[in-house]
Amino acid sequence: MSFVTRGFRGRRRETDESGRVPPGQYRTDDFPVLSAGPTPHTPLAEWSFTIASESGEELARWSWEELRALPSETVTVDIHCVTKWSKLDTTWEGASVDTLLAGIETDAAYVTAWSDGGYTTNLPLEDVTDGKAWVAFGYDGEPLDPEHGGPARLLVPHLYFWKSAKWVRGLRLMDDDDPGFWESLGYHLYGDPWREQRYWGD
Amino acid sequence: MESADLKLDGNALGGLLGEIFVSEMTVARSTCAACGAVREVGALAVYAQAPGTVVRCPGCDAVLLRIARGEGRIWLELRGVSCLELRTGS
Repeated sequence: MSFVTRGFRGRRRETDESGRVPPGQYRTDDFPVLSAGPTPHTPLAEWSFTIASESGEELARWSWEELRALPSETVTVDIHCVTKWSKLDTTWEGASVDTLLAGIETDAAYVTAWSDGGYTTNLPLEDVTDGKAWVAFGYDGEPLDPEHGGPARLLVPHLYFWKSAKWVRGLRLMDDDDPGFWESLGYHLYGDPWREQRYWGD
Repeated sequence: MESADLKLDGNALGGLLGEIFVSEMTVARSTCAACGAVREVGALAVYAQAPGTVVRCPGCDAVLLRIARGEGRIWLELRGVSCLELRTGS
């Protein structure tokens, strides 16, 4: 017997029977905007995307036009935010990180993504290769809005969405896993939503 | 929605900082380690629509302090504050 009647449950959240919503998450059809700071508005003429070595040496760089001239892919994926919302069947357009790393020889085991505004996040290299990550510049058939990370954000849908850095400007190849903005403040180094790796020690 | 809609002022921090500090924190004065500006915490820029709460200098946008909480723990990072002046009440 429940002591809570149906009328007193507060805001009703959508249930999901698809098996696609990880533990502790609820499904939303909105696209909540989360931000740790002011939205950067870097002009496209000044924008570039860089692959750098751990010491900061520039290994490859693309202007906005050059990035857009690369082969692009359209992917439909589910995304999972550590603040507990999941959104199914989101459609993005972007360049695969495989395309960006093609031709770069590296022994690195990790990458740190960096963004306009100073945000960083760390990922194993193997989690951004083999078709698992993109630099996305389109959402739902439109250019990616600045509030959602435009002109371009990292898209790594199999990890919590804080790993999909908004306003991304580059990837640094790293020998060691260097905790990023949230990973240095209690959040999990890896962030697998299916294992509920939200915080240190999860 | 523009980012200005996500920005709150430091008075929004009263409850959260009240769990950590004994003093009334909205009237504490913090010095920005980046630009040196001294302001009451209540006048700082707060971004709370995020995995944690990020407090920035309204003058130079540098991160002053960051707070995350989860599973019975609070994480507090104060690297961007070079000095914090607290009221003692006497």
